[in-house]
Amino acid sequence: MLRIRRELVDEIVAHARRDHPDEACGVIAGPEGSDSPERFIPMLNAARSPTFYEFDSGDLLKLYREMAANDEVPVVIYHSHTATEAYPSRTDANIAAEPDAHYVLVSTRDPEVHEFRSYRIVDAEITEEPVEILD
Amino acid sequence: MAVTVSIPTILRTHTGGEKSVEAKGTTVLEVIDDVESRHAGIKGRLVKEEKLHRFINVYVNDEDVRFAGGLEAEVKDGDTLTILPAVAGG
Repeated sequence: MLRIRRELVDEIVAHARRDHPDEACGVIAGPEGSDSPERFIPMLNAARSPTFYEFDSGDLLKLYREMAANDEVPVVIYHSHTATEAYPSRTDANIAAEPDAHYVLVSTRDPEVHEFRSYRIVDAEITEEPVEILD
Repeated sequence: MAVTVSIPTILRTHTGGEKSVEAKGTTVLEVIDDVESRHAGIKGRLVKEEKLHRFINVYVNDEDVRFAGGLEAEVKDGDTLTILPAVAGG
C-alpha cells in the first residue's frame, strides 16, 4: 500500500499535465526505512518522448548522491503515460530496478480526468497496490 | 589504495548488503572482474555480450563511462566507480 499526502499527488499530476504529450518522470524521496514519500523531485525526461522516459545520466548520479547524503531512498518513482492507461508497460517492468520503490503511473490521456495508480515491480513482475491519499 | 565501487540496492544481494566494496583494476572491466571474483553473479547483471548493459549506468567519479570508452574506460587508485541502474521505461 502507498500512503501519500495529497499535495504530493497534486504535484505529480501537475508535472504530468505540464509535460503532456511527452512523458513526465520523477522521484519522491523519503527517509531510508520509512516507506514515507516526503521530498518531491521532478526530473527531466532526457528522451523527451510521448512513449519513453529516461532520467538523464548526469542528473541520475546527482540525485542518488544527494539522496545518499540525506539518508534518503526513492520511495516513489513516477512517470506518466500520455495516450494509454496508468499501467506499467512491458518495458517499464523489464527496466524497473528498485524493488523497494512504489512505481506510480499517471495517465493524462483524458484531458479532464487523470488516473493515478501504484505498483510494486520486482523481477519484472508487476503487482498493483492500493493508494491511500492523506489529507 | 584501491577503487571504491558503489553498489546499487538491487545488486546488494551479491555483496551481503554492503553499499560499497573495494576493488582493484585499471579499467572498468578489470574492476568489474575483480568484484565478480569475490561477489559472484554481479558481472552478469552489468555486462552483456561484452558491452555494458543498455540500462546500467557506470560512472568513474563524475563521468558516465559510456562517453569515456565504456568498459575500457580508465580507472585509477582512489577513484570511485558508481553503478546505477537507469530509471527509464515506456
